[in-house]
Amino acid sequence: MSADAPLATPVNLTKAAGGSGTSRSAPPSSPAKKPPGAKRAWGAAKGLFFIAALPVILVLIWYISTAVGEKNFFVPTPALLVETFFETWTGDRITTDVIPSLTRLLFGIAGSIIIGIVGGLLIGSVRWLRALTEPTLEFFRAIPPTVLIPVLMLLIGIGDDMKVAVIISGALWPILLNTIEGVRSMDEVLADTTHTYGIKGFNRVRYLILPSAMPQIMAGIRQSLSIALILMVISEMFAASSGLGFTIVQFQRSFAIPEMWSGIVLLGIIGVIMSFIFQLIERNVLRWYHGLREIENAA
Amino acid sequence: MGLVGLLGFLVIWEVLPRTGIVNPTFLPPASAAIADLFRNFGLTAFWQAVGDTMWQWLLGMLIACIAATVLGFLIGSSTFLRRFTNSTIEFMRPVPSVALIPLAVLLFGVEIESALLLIVYASFWQVLIQVLYGVADVDNVAMNTARSYGLGPLARLRYVIFPTALPYLMTGVRLASAVALILAITAQLIIGNPGLGAEIAKAQSGGSYVAMYALILATGLLGVIINLVMRMIERKVLSWHSSVRTEVAT
Repeated sequence: MSADAPLATPVNLTKAAGGSGTSRSAPPSSPAKKPPGAKRAWGAAKGLFFIAALPVILVLIWYISTAVGEKNFFVPTPALLVETFFETWTGDRITTDVIPSLTRLLFGIAGSIIIGIVGGLLIGSVRWLRALTEPTLEFFRAIPPTVLIPVLMLLIGIGDDMKVAVIISGALWPILLNTIEGVRSMDEVLADTTHTYGIKGFNRVRYLILPSAMPQIMAGIRQSLSIALILMVISEMFAASSGLGFTIVQFQRSFAIPEMWSGIVLLGIIGVIMSFIFQLIERNVLRWYHGLREIENAA
Repeated sequence: MGLVGLLGFLVIWEVLPRTGIVNPTFLPPASAAIADLFRNFGLTAFWQAVGDTMWQWLLGMLIACIAATVLGFLIGSSTFLRRFTNSTIEFMRPVPSVALIPLAVLLFGVEIESALLLIVYASFWQVLIQVLYGVADVDNVAMNTARSYGLGPLARLRYVIFPTALPYLMTGVRLASAVALILAITAQLIIGNPGLGAEIAKAQSGGSYVAMYALILATGLLGVIINLVMRMIERKVLSWHSSVRTEVAT
């Protein structure tokens, strides 16, 4: 664990505790005399215990504190919440609220990734452009992205494009600045070698700059995802007639407490799924990089 | 060079509304916004709003950092606890803090607690994850050496684990400080807790757009200042650490 700790991304952590039955998840101190099959089963059972134990305990505490004794107005019981969740989010709301929200989110993320990487490659490879724009970009990054919602509302109106613009205006910066940083911290020897071999133009970007900036870019995208989700919700809370953020605030204003909680849960689930998908993609895109790190750490 | 860039940006901002490419009512020229910002510097109400914002930020940061550090060291130093809590932490962490806004409104209204709930929730995870990584990074040889020299658990925590985790902790605190500011302003903007965000919302709905841009500039400045101060503190606290020492040497 300590060898790859600096890189111990949630990917590694979940893998280490995930216990999908691989030998990785078995701690080194596990009984060695048992036959391999039993050992694997033991490891899997242990992994399952570690995944499920605490959530089960927490839900039990939640159940006991809400279902036993007098009814709590603000916190529904787990059973009621699950029931409301399916009641609220499986009907028409999928098409009227969930899908539009997710579409905006996707467009926003895609937009900020494209603009961020292209802009970052450009600014990162041109020295004077970087010097010229750096303080301005730092300033824009420092502005809390949510305050731009009123501005964009004025400039663009309150349609879907405003929400996408809000998401881009906030989620862009981590990707952009990380790409610039990644391009700048490129390996000198590699850069010189490519130069000597006469690799120029598009090939240079494709085979040298983009790969060497990729770890940084992915780190930027990871930050951007959570910002994008936050901004999607906020922009809908601020000015919208549909969408998750709008609906949840609506529930809260009409004191539909279980429904409100189910909305919070749904947002949580979206966040978890997003980070899961991202980890899958990251593991594929950066497979060579993690492999490289492992070899370097082992040496 | 950077100043030229900043100036260039301001010039573009000045020219766009003046030439009428963008409606000057909605995007007043830069000079008007900056002049209004400087006028704000002389107003008590402005400093009151800044003070409110910073107070919420500071309080939220303190709670989140202390809780996350204590819990992080506790969980991180035991393999069992780390594996035991991992799934829960990984599940809770990506939950967007703004999802809690309706709950915060219901429970606390526009009191400072509703902003604090959001700030603490968002920045807690940043610090906690970093501390966990930091504690996991402790060098085994150093740990065993300390053990064979007879250092007790507390001494080991103080002289082995804490110095290893400190750079991670500082990174977490720096990340959290930015997140906390965003959440503080957002809470003010949406919920209406007193502070810069509430002033922006007021200016926007009241149609005084110049004031709105001036306040937005102010929040940007606040972000820059917090970032600078955090970097300075990080450098001071970690002056012994090799990453800072080599930076000074080169």
